Amino acid sequence: MYVADSRATPSAPTSAEPAARPRAGRRRAVGPTVFALGTVSLITDVSSEMVTAVLPLYLVAGLGLSPLGFGLLDGVYNGFSALVRLVGGRFADSGGGRHKTVAVLGYGLSALCKPLLLVAGSLPLIGAVLAADRTGKGLRTAPRDALISLSSEPAARGRAFGVHRAMDTAGALLGPLVAFLILRWTVDGYDAVFTVSFCVAVLGVLVLVLFVPSSRTAAPAAATPRPAAKPDVRPLLRPTVCATLLGLATVSDAFVYLLLQRQLGVPERWFALLPLGTAAAFLTLAAPLGRLSDRVGAWRVFLGGHVALLAVYGLLLTHAHSPVLPYAVLLLHGTFYAATDGVLMAAASAGLPEARRSSGLAVVQTGQALARFGCSLGFGAAWTAWGDRTALGSAAVLLAGCAVVSYVLRPTTPRTEAST
Amino acid sequence: MTIRGKLTILLAAVLALAAVATAAVLHASARADRRDQARPGGPAITAGPVRLTSGTRELVFRNMAWGPHRDELTTTPAARPSGPRTATATGLKCLRFHARSGTGICLQAVHGTLSDTYRATVLDSALHEKGHYAVPGIPSRARVSPSGRYAAWTAFVGGDSYAGTNFSTRAAILDTATGVLTPSLEAYAIVKDGHRYRAPDVNFWGVTFAADDRHFYATLATHGKTYLVRGDLRTRTVTTLHTNVECPSLSPDGTRIAYKKRVPGLPADAPWRLYVLDLATLHETPLAETRSVDDQAEWSDDRHVTYALPGDYGADLYTVPADGTGSAREILTAAVSPAYL
Repeated sequence: MYVADSRATPSAPTSAEPAARPRAGRRRAVGPTVFALGTVSLITDVSSEMVTAVLPLYLVAGLGLSPLGFGLLDGVYNGFSALVRLVGGRFADSGGGRHKTVAVLGYGLSALCKPLLLVAGSLPLIGAVLAADRTGKGLRTAPRDALISLSSEPAARGRAFGVHRAMDTAGALLGPLVAFLILRWTVDGYDAVFTVSFCVAVLGVLVLVLFVPSSRTAAPAAATPRPAAKPDVRPLLRPTVCATLLGLATVSDAFVYLLLQRQLGVPERWFALLPLGTAAAFLTLAAPLGRLSDRVGAWRVFLGGHVALLAVYGLLLTHAHSPVLPYAVLLLHGTFYAATDGVLMAAASAGLPEARRSSGLAVVQTGQALARFGCSLGFGAAWTAWGDRTALGSAAVLLAGCAVVSYVLRPTTPRTEAST
Repeated sequence: MTIRGKLTILLAAVLALAAVATAAVLHASARADRRDQARPGGPAITAGPVRLTSGTRELVFRNMAWGPHRDELTTTPAARPSGPRTATATGLKCLRFHARSGTGICLQAVHGTLSDTYRATVLDSALHEKGHYAVPGIPSRARVSPSGRYAAWTAFVGGDSYAGTNFSTRAAILDTATGVLTPSLEAYAIVKDGHRYRAPDVNFWGVTFAADDRHFYATLATHGKTYLVRGDLRTRTVTTLHTNVECPSLSPDGTRIAYKKRVPGLPADAPWRLYVLDLATLHETPLAETRSVDDQAEWSDDRHVTYALPGDYGADLYTVPADGTGSAREILTAAVSPAYL
């Protein structure tokens, strides 16, 4: 178990009573709630990545199916997922803060999906289980990020998100390893992988229930569930526009890895290992870059991350077959995530009142996710029409343009700004 | 609740969950012992010499029957497939296999420390290894050209991320004479409906070779549709011929393609039926098999095709006439990846 919880918990409220407000102490250190949430994410990612890692093998070798060209989740699902995220964020804010409740629902739903994989024997059923699993993920993301944001001091928020994302990614790297070891010890042990994954997921939910205090935001005590009669959208506008604009020029990971292969000549057999490179860089840099964002301003680091992405495009366009280049691309790609993923949440938190933290973050996340989905469609079409190099060149120009516009539009956040 | 109370609950839960997890792993590992025991009434298998060229016609396949020779390369007389089986004395295990004219291609798993990898091993007629090549994902299809010179294989390359449920494939072609490997057919120029075509979502699978050692057929998928393509090894191009064709298999006389067709109205998890396409007229003939077939068929002669369907021990082999008449008939239980020699 993670000692961080037990050691740090005494400084947190010792009960989950709503009156107790997790204020993370007055020191600059990352609060116990953040460590608890990081632990939950770490455990949950071990669980979910175990499944993701064995799924192709399970379908092909275990069930004898060939999932060729079969997208288990389609475009319609992306829209549904966005809706779930927005609803989850809104519900988490209502009644003076139900973040923990919604997060428990989200993590719980994903956990319940693991044993269902044992009985789902066909592609459509497995697709449905995965969709429910992802729905849980969509539901929990915004309330969890709101909890991180609400339990850290504004001046240390970047670091809090950085630590959380590092722990999250560590879990994602461990999961496939655990799954592989189980498959090694067993014969066709997919059932064992799913069962262990379920046990691990239950443990994650339990840590959440036991060690993450309920939030209580400064909403009026008479919490009538009509939080948005006429909400002030101004603090949301600029972060959402910036995140969405840059999302429109963010080429998806799958394309980046495909281009690494085609443009820089990375051998086919390394293909499955490429995401590990990005994750390793993300894991290493998330906390330092989060800390940097506390010092120099979150939007600056966020934009800097997109400069790293622009460098990724640039290196891919060089078409040079140097043995160093693929490593540089993966390092920069991980840097992009480390400088943008948690940092965006820290940046967007600054302008959002506590009572609307979760729904606000959900809007920013959804804007970004939908923009990236749009970018994937556009990039695929450009590739088909003009070829991969021209498509990538266009994406680079678009990204540079969006970065300039975002720099002009960026929310001016006084660094020591109080949140309410 | 006190911190001590919380930790007690956590500890109790960890112990309970660990017990469940351990039980699941132990249960799954006990399977090894069960599967190494031959089942009563199962096929008789003896170890002996297996050659890829023989006087009598042989059917070579991956044996799926439980017992000491599970997953090993095995032969049986083609005329009487339910007869005695002979497994390779060396215990050669293949996930997928194919052979022609003294050349075999065996797709194998290599167990590493931190993950499994896969490789394609080229075999000579005495099943000695001539060389091996990395396969970038889970092996799916394997084929050798009629002359034995070229080999091809397809692998699934799994999801890239948490959201990665879209699978891509890599189809590789090897010239066993020169050792020149094309790791992915995506390097070939595509001519679709008379025009040069490119797209990021191009996937190839299910290669089948013509007798001239120059042409081949395969499935090309892009934008949610599948195409039969004719490929040229010399000009490195593929040209689309027909739509809705997967896992083509060229008849020995080179005039027809047996393939699986996605038939509208069938359930999403069993969408295919076996068809034969006449290459001269592009006329499609549905075969008499009424179940969904997810395999690259193998022609046993110019009038019959053999294919695998899911069975109690993984898969069984069936045969059906290639002209749409007759009915499907099981020829071999607990077997997959057939090759006629």
